[in-house]
Amino acid sequence: MSQVQEFAGTVEELKTLFSDRAVSGETMVLNLGPQHPSTHGVLRLMLELDGEEVVRCLPDIGFLHTGIEKNMEAKTYLKALVMTDRMDYLNPLGNNLTYCLAVEKLCGIEVPNRAQVIRVLCAELQRISSHLVWLGTSAMDLNASSILIYCFRDRELLLDIFELIGGQRMMTSYIRPGGVWRDLPDEFFPAVNDFLEYLPEKLADYERLLTRNPLFLRRTKDVGIVDADDALERGLTGASLRGSGVNYDVRRAMPYCGYEQYDFDVPLGNGCDVYSRYRVRMQEFHQSMSIIRQAISRLEPGPVMTDDRRFAPPPRSELGRSMEAVIHHFKYWTEGFSGPEGEVYVATESPRGELGCYLVGDGGAQPARVHFRTPSFHNLQSLPRMAEGYLVADLVAMIGSIDIVLGDVDR
Amino acid sequence: MRKFVVKVSHTGLDDEMSHIETTIAVLRAKYPDDIQELESFRGEFTIVVEATALFDICKLLRHDPDLDYSFLVDLAAVDYYPRQPRFGVSYLLHAIKQNVRLRLKVLISGQSPTLSSVTDIWSSAEWPEREAFDLMGIQFTGHPDLRRILMPADWEGHPLRKDHALGYEEVQFSFNWREIDRRKEYPQE
Repeated sequence: MSQVQEFAGTVEELKTLFSDRAVSGETMVLNLGPQHPSTHGVLRLMLELDGEEVVRCLPDIGFLHTGIEKNMEAKTYLKALVMTDRMDYLNPLGNNLTYCLAVEKLCGIEVPNRAQVIRVLCAELQRISSHLVWLGTSAMDLNASSILIYCFRDRELLLDIFELIGGQRMMTSYIRPGGVWRDLPDEFFPAVNDFLEYLPEKLADYERLLTRNPLFLRRTKDVGIVDADDALERGLTGASLRGSGVNYDVRRAMPYCGYEQYDFDVPLGNGCDVYSRYRVRMQEFHQSMSIIRQAISRLEPGPVMTDDRRFAPPPRSELGRSMEAVIHHFKYWTEGFSGPEGEVYVATESPRGELGCYLVGDGGAQPARVHFRTPSFHNLQSLPRMAEGYLVADLVAMIGSIDIVLGDVDR
Repeated sequence: MRKFVVKVSHTGLDDEMSHIETTIAVLRAKYPDDIQELESFRGEFTIVVEATALFDICKLLRHDPDLDYSFLVDLAAVDYYPRQPRFGVSYLLHAIKQNVRLRLKVLISGQSPTLSSVTDIWSSAEWPEREAFDLMGIQFTGHPDLRRILMPADWEGHPLRKDHALGYEEVQFSFNWREIDRRKEYPQE
C-alpha cells in the first residue's frame, strides 16, 4: 500500500493508468477539459484515443472541491445550511431540503403540513429549473444551440419566483430546519400559475425541435448504452437510471414531505441510451408540473415553522415585546441548538438522482460529520465504462445525458 | 444510541422489518462472532461488524438470493475522535426488490486504518472508496486504482480527519492589506 500513498501524479505514474498502446504511441492521450464547454463545468477527462474511438476515459475531478463537508463540521446546524446551497448550484432548494430533512430526522423535529407542501412546491419548481438547464446545455452539446437560449429564458422566470420566495435567485437557504423561512408571498401564486400556463407550450416547441429530429436521433439513439443491471452496479440513479428501465425513484421508494399523497407517474425508458434518458427527463417536466398543481391545491393556511422553540426562532412580532424572546433569538442564532448523538441518512430525489445526507451528531451544536451522497459523483463514475468504444462526439452526448453538475461532484 | 430489539413497532412496514430480521438471522448463523453490535436509531438499522469479516459479509449480502442487497447506495467514512476505535466506515446497502435499506458499519483504528475493498462486489464502491482514502486516509486493499480523487495529488494529510486544521484566510482591509499580503503563501514579485 505504501506505493499508493506516494503517488504524486507525475507523468511516469500516469502511464500506468493507460494501456501499453498509449506508451508505445499507437494510441493518443488527449485532455478534454477542464475548461471545455461540453464538460459542463470543470471536469477534466483524460482520454486515450484510437483515432476517434475512446479506448479509455479517466475523469479527473476535484477542481471545484471546496471542502464543504469539512466546513459544515465547524458550523452550527443552522449555519451549515448555507453551505448546502453551494454544492449543486442548479438544485439549491433541493440541497437545503435534504440537509434539513436530515437535521429534522436526527433531532426529531415535526414539520407543519403547510411547510411540507411548500417544500414539495420548491423541490418541483427546482426540478423544472434544473431540467431546463440540462435540456439547454445537453442540446447545445449536440449543436442545437438555439435551445440553450430558450431554456435559459424560461429558467429566468423560475429564478424570479425563487427570488420572490427566498430573496435570492439561487442561494436561497429558504428551507430551514423545522420548516421554511417565511410563508409564500401573495405574488407567488399568480407567478407560478402564469409559468405553468407558459411552459407546456414551450416544451412542445422544444420537443418539436428535438424529439423526431433526424440529426438529434442519430447523435443520441444507441449511444452510451447502459443496461439496467450495469446501471445499478455502477450506482447510477435518477433519470439516468430510469432511462434504463429501472423503476427507482426516491419519491416513491422512500417518500418524504408527503410525496406518497401526490398522484404522479415515474417515467421510464427502455432504450438504455442517451435518447431514452432524454425522453424520461422530458416527461418529468410534465409530472413535476402536475405535482405543483396538486401542491397548490393542497395548501392550507397554517404555520410554516415548527412550534418547538428549541429548534425554531421566536417570531419577529415577539422581539419587540418580550425580553425572553430577544434572549432566545440571540442564543438561537449564536449558539444554535444541540442535536442528539446518533447517525441518520436521508435521501431525496434531486433532479439528478438520489441525493443523500448522512449526518452524524455527537450531542453538540455542530454536526460531527456531514456526508453528502451526491448523484453527480456516482453518475459520473459510470461514464468511463459507458464511453469505451464510442466516438469522442458520442462522449460529449453522454456527459450531457447523465446531467452532472461539477459543484455536486466535488463539493 | 438505543440497543436493537428485534420486535420494534415500526411504522407499519412489516415487510421491511422482516427482511432486516432475515438478514440479521442469516448473519448471526453464519458469522456469530463477527457481529459486534446491532443498532436502531430513528428507524434506521445499523449492523456493526468486524473489519476482518467485512468482505465475506458483503459478499453474502450481495449474492445470497434471499438477501439480495444489489445496490450500494453510499459509502462514508467518519472520524469519531476522541472515541476509540477512531474511524468508522458506513456502507449503506439497498435491496431494490424489497425496498429495504441497511447500514453496515465497521470500526477501525490506527494512523493508516486498512479495510478490504468491496469494489469486487459492487463496482460502484470505486469512487466512494477513493474519496474515503483521500479525505479520511482509509486504505482499501484490493482497490484497483486507489488515488486521491478530490484533493490535489501532492496534498499532505487527509482533510476530513479531526486533527487536520480547517484553515482560514486572513481578511485583508485597506490599512493592513500589504502586511497580510506579505504573509500569504503564493508566489510574489
